[in-house]
Amino acid sequence: MWNKRREEEPPKPISQSIVPTPAQPAPNPIEVKKEATTMSSTPVRAFEPENRGGATIGKSVKVVGQIFAKEDLYVDGAVEGTVEALEHKLTIGPHGTVQAAIKAREVLALGSIQGNVEATERIEIRKDAKLIGDIRTARIVIEDGAYFKGSIDIIRPEPAKVAPKPPAPAAVPAVAVPMAAAASEIKR
Amino acid sequence: MPLPGPLKNFMRGSRGGQPAGERSAAGAGGPASRQPIGTPAFASTTRPSRGIEEFFDSIRDQSGLTILDLGSTSQQNVSFITNLGHRLYAEDFLRLLKESFGSDDPAAQSNSGSIDYFLHHALEYPEGHFDGVLIWDALEYLAPALLAAVVERLIKIVRPKGYMLAFFHSDDKLESVPFYTFRIQDMKTLQVAQNSTRKPAQLFNNRSLERLFGRAESMKFFLTRDRLREVIVKM
Repeated sequence: MWNKRREEEPPKPISQSIVPTPAQPAPNPIEVKKEATTMSSTPVRAFEPENRGGATIGKSVKVVGQIFAKEDLYVDGAVEGTVEALEHKLTIGPHGTVQAAIKAREVLALGSIQGNVEATERIEIRKDAKLIGDIRTARIVIEDGAYFKGSIDIIRPEPAKVAPKPPAPAAVPAVAVPMAAAASEIKR
Repeated sequence: MPLPGPLKNFMRGSRGGQPAGERSAAGAGGPASRQPIGTPAFASTTRPSRGIEEFFDSIRDQSGLTILDLGSTSQQNVSFITNLGHRLYAEDFLRLLKESFGSDDPAAQSNSGSIDYFLHHALEYPEGHFDGVLIWDALEYLAPALLAAVVERLIKIVRPKGYMLAFFHSDDKLESVPFYTFRIQDMKTLQVAQNSTRKPAQLFNNRSLERLFGRAESMKFFLTRDRLREVIVKM
């Protein structure tokens, strides 16, 4: 049964188009299995240690300018300018050389970065990676052997200030009691 | 855009002055992971450090300070310092030294043009920028001319009343000294890993250290069991 399906549909290099949208009704088990089969049978993925998804700038590609990504981005080529993937993960591959200011939710560096990096959630600098620039992030992971020159600013996530104030009703009597007590003292 | 001098090989994937064969698959970190293949592995030990204790005691009740670490970057040191609420600057000083001057060549370290160039890349910060500097044992590998220039620059970039922590071997007759990496375990403890031995450019005694940091407000010396002199310099 499975082999038939594979013959009908040629493997797709990027799995983005087959991701079910939230608006769709709950997928039946057969459809889910079909996706898994398609992804694992894609020959390119056999060489990749991680299931990347998202967009890729290959190692023979050079981009000069601004990159705005609304999906995860994998850069294994050269980039000069700025890179923004504000709600997504940016991976600089082992061949990647980025001379750019970077803003992303998460940054994984395996190659070279020269420029300031702002990773709202996390940055990871792997063993042979090099980063020259200032880092602002909530969490940093640096493997031994990584080269880093610059400053590290840890952004502490602010506690939610707009949350409703449950202690407020309780605070009223708490304040009122001493005031009343004080008032009675004055009367005395 | 071509990068100048020590950084010129950066975007080409070079590891600077460090030959590729000297990389290790895994290690204690920084220079610890640069053990040449075929050399015996050195042990990593944990020991109390009065120098570290004194250094962090002096900044214990403050947060948001700016600390410069001249050792190779390690997760342990980054986490420790940033968890205290400080901003950390990392500068792999000895790696840049090797990339700038080659390995252990005192003559090259005496050229004034090269010294200016090195300072520009390694310690180009505004005056009084840092509240503290972790120098570790980096100064032992500097020839006199470069050492004087580096210390002068360090004094300039550390604010008044700021602190520096430096290590020096206490035996001043050694041909080569153990080459360590230092990881901060806690407020009073260091993890010390010896990677190799290395020829120091010069060795110091208390007197010569006092002369070296003559402009400091005060200095404290702590002698460790492994014959290191831990020195706290208050500016």
